[in-house]
Amino acid sequence: MKNRLYGQQPLTRSSMSRRRFVTGLAATGACLGLGAGSALSMASPNSRQGPVTLRGNQFDLNVAYQAVNFTGKSRVATAINASVPAPILRWREGERVRLRVKNNLAEDTSIHWHGIILPSGMDGVPGLSFEGIKPGESFEYQFDVNQSGTYWYHSHSGYQEPRGMYGAIVIDPKEPEPFSYDRDYVVMLSDWSDEDPQDIYAKLKKFSHYYNFSQRTAGDLWRDIKEKGVAQTWRERAMWNHMRMSETDISDVTGYTYTYLMNGATPDEGWVGLFKRGEKIRLRFINAASMTIFDVRIPGLTMTVVAADGQNIEPVSVDEFRLGVAETYDVIVQPSDDSAYTVFAQSIDRSGFTRGTLTPDQSLQAVVPAMDAAPILGHRDMGMDHGMHDMEAQAEHGAQADHNQHDMSHRPGAEHHHQQPMTGLMTVDHSAHSDHAEPLAKAGFGSNRDIRHLASEHGPHVDMLAESPQDGIADPGIGLRQHAELHGRKVLTYADIRNLYTTADPREPSREIELHLTGNMSRYMWSMNGIRYSDAEPLELQYGERVRITLVNDTMMTHPMHLHGMWSELETGDPLHIPRKHTVIVQPGSKVSYLVTADAIGRWAYHCHLIYHMAGMFREVRVR
Amino acid sequence: MQQLTKPLISLPARFSLQTSLMTLLLIWGNTSLAAGDDDPLVSKLIIDQLELRDTDEDETWVLDAQGWVGKDLHKLWFKVDAERSEGNSQELELQALYNKAIAPYWDFQLGLRKDLKPSPSRSWAVIGIQGLAPYYFEIDSALFIGESGRAALRLEAEYELLFTQRLILSPEIELNLHAQNDAEHGIGSGLSDIEAGLRLRYEIRREFAPYMGIYWTKRFGNTADFARQEGLDSSEWQWVIGIRSWF
Repeated sequence: MKNRLYGQQPLTRSSMSRRRFVTGLAATGACLGLGAGSALSMASPNSRQGPVTLRGNQFDLNVAYQAVNFTGKSRVATAINASVPAPILRWREGERVRLRVKNNLAEDTSIHWHGIILPSGMDGVPGLSFEGIKPGESFEYQFDVNQSGTYWYHSHSGYQEPRGMYGAIVIDPKEPEPFSYDRDYVVMLSDWSDEDPQDIYAKLKKFSHYYNFSQRTAGDLWRDIKEKGVAQTWRERAMWNHMRMSETDISDVTGYTYTYLMNGATPDEGWVGLFKRGEKIRLRFINAASMTIFDVRIPGLTMTVVAADGQNIEPVSVDEFRLGVAETYDVIVQPSDDSAYTVFAQSIDRSGFTRGTLTPDQSLQAVVPAMDAAPILGHRDMGMDHGMHDMEAQAEHGAQADHNQHDMSHRPGAEHHHQQPMTGLMTVDHSAHSDHAEPLAKAGFGSNRDIRHLASEHGPHVDMLAESPQDGIADPGIGLRQHAELHGRKVLTYADIRNLYTTADPREPSREIELHLTGNMSRYMWSMNGIRYSDAEPLELQYGERVRITLVNDTMMTHPMHLHGMWSELETGDPLHIPRKHTVIVQPGSKVSYLVTADAIGRWAYHCHLIYHMAGMFREVRVR
Repeated sequence: MQQLTKPLISLPARFSLQTSLMTLLLIWGNTSLAAGDDDPLVSKLIIDQLELRDTDEDETWVLDAQGWVGKDLHKLWFKVDAERSEGNSQELELQALYNKAIAPYWDFQLGLRKDLKPSPSRSWAVIGIQGLAPYYFEIDSALFIGESGRAALRLEAEYELLFTQRLILSPEIELNLHAQNDAEHGIGSGLSDIEAGLRLRYEIRREFAPYMGIYWTKRFGNTADFARQEGLDSSEWQWVIGIRSWF
């Protein structure tokens, strides 16, 4: 079936206040009337219901500028079929899909099918997969769909994705699902700014904490001194002061400029999903934001996670999960009464949220909870050897912190026993080092190697090295670690995720590739191994080989890393049931390992999915 | 991701060398990559102080601004220091520097300084270090080497104390040292003066903050003597009111 959404749709968006998480200007609660008489042709015509669904195996996708209004100000989006988010594409496993993309923009465009295993030429990354789609031209993507589940698609050109070019992909399986449900909803989370993305990037380059309005103040200091005393407060603050880093530096871009959306609806509008009592509802959560990691929960309902990044997993029941940019989770909830429930997604830095409602009745809404406390980074998030809760760790190892500072802040010229001469070689390939006589850790358990920092990580472009990165697998992540004890919430961690099926490639990894995520926050520079993409050699993989990639996060930011074309098989502790992901969160100052079977010839992108990190924190992966 | 550049700072025509250097920077170019350009040409103009200093006798207008254009690790950097009193320009100092990032928080600067006022004008070579020291002290230090064996050292430090996310108290101090007397400019050798300021600003936006505060200066040694000959006190303090802005 051809798509149904070309041109105008009835405007049903009602006049209601649209709240922005803006502490300045006059945008709070701005009322505006965009009724049916409005001259603007609005994207996502009925934003409370989300975008339309297009089914079949042939699709026409039209990329064009589109007026949108999320905040009370009209802005131009780059939209697919005049909709933000773009239409949901519903495919069937085993079919061949043809997608004709017409570029009506004045600039090149592209569409990347995120998480779809396909030939390199169809992956949609300009410069790697193909040349991009020129203005006025069309490109036909064609590939076999050999997987099922929840995925998404977005532009891989310039800043079109943050300007609205993203949509969901739902692939119905050939075989019946291993779980049952009565309702099926896509819940796509995203962030929208009225600012031009280029301006946001320039602001970050000029003043990196421009959007952080949660910095420590004199009042915080006074409260800490009253509660903890001068000595303890000094110990806690000294390291941060010494390192010139901020423990409240959680998100680079915040609710100061972002309006967070759920299926294109602002929090004041609120997306609505209907159900009847006792029904099982499948919610397909997709994080299509450009810079925002969300923490998701539905107060009053336990969520059973049945799929991660589109792949079925052994069901696990949780109250809350963190959704990194580009990750997806499918959950099933079953309300047993006629109440309404709030689907609540707060940004990782608690600078804003979006929300929707699961309700048996359009008129019924649930209470929107307050946001949780904002995370404060601790020693472990700096890759320091303090494996406990930060407060306890500081109390117990306060004296040690000073010692560690010196380790962490030493710079070029300082001796470093892990240091290696800088070579053209991009990675630390452990198999190539004879000093590692012991075998690689078994598949499924992650790396057991000591990490090493390359010489290329030293210089003005890198402000932090994690000396003792913690394992990021069992860590709920910053801001969520105390939710079990504080709120009694079971928070999903990667350690909970086991593939529903047996590991497809049971081979042990033949070698281990260590990659460091690096950057300088205040200069706003991002790189891998201290080398930005434009200066980097491709990462070479042999066709057919099975390797382990260990990512070490030498920054204070949480980076969602996306490998195109091949699965990232996350080593969560069970070699027989290694889950397959396309995007993996690497916690600040932590490390994480996954296995990759290089079964896809070609040139592939491998990068941080935060849009303003991506240009530097990017590698080409070449499989041949 | 081209076109990040905002209109460049306009400078006196005598700095046309810098204009041509900026043109070179523009040609520096953007590479077309799968991921976009991570290091576009960016420029920033920072007006640290645009203020009115008020004493019993007269009013003084002060401009302390800097700006840069460049990429992550290499920039052209400009500094302007101007003072105007009773309609007369008392002080006009311009610096044009090449700025290279040498450590995560430190930049090295090399260039020229021209003092157009007071006359006669003075020219200096500049070697400086600017950056953020541990405990968040913003440091700007420079060695100036002038004609006829003149040399000077300037050390500036500034701190920011946040009362709220927008209400910020900023103490700063500046020390000037000179190798020899310069009677025409009223400068004596050794530690010539210390300037200190305490300014409380409110950031209406990040880019725009009105402030008020106090400014104190003390002249030492021969500098103080020169000042007394001019009928000035060796130390004075003034109320200030002004605007801090960048874009």
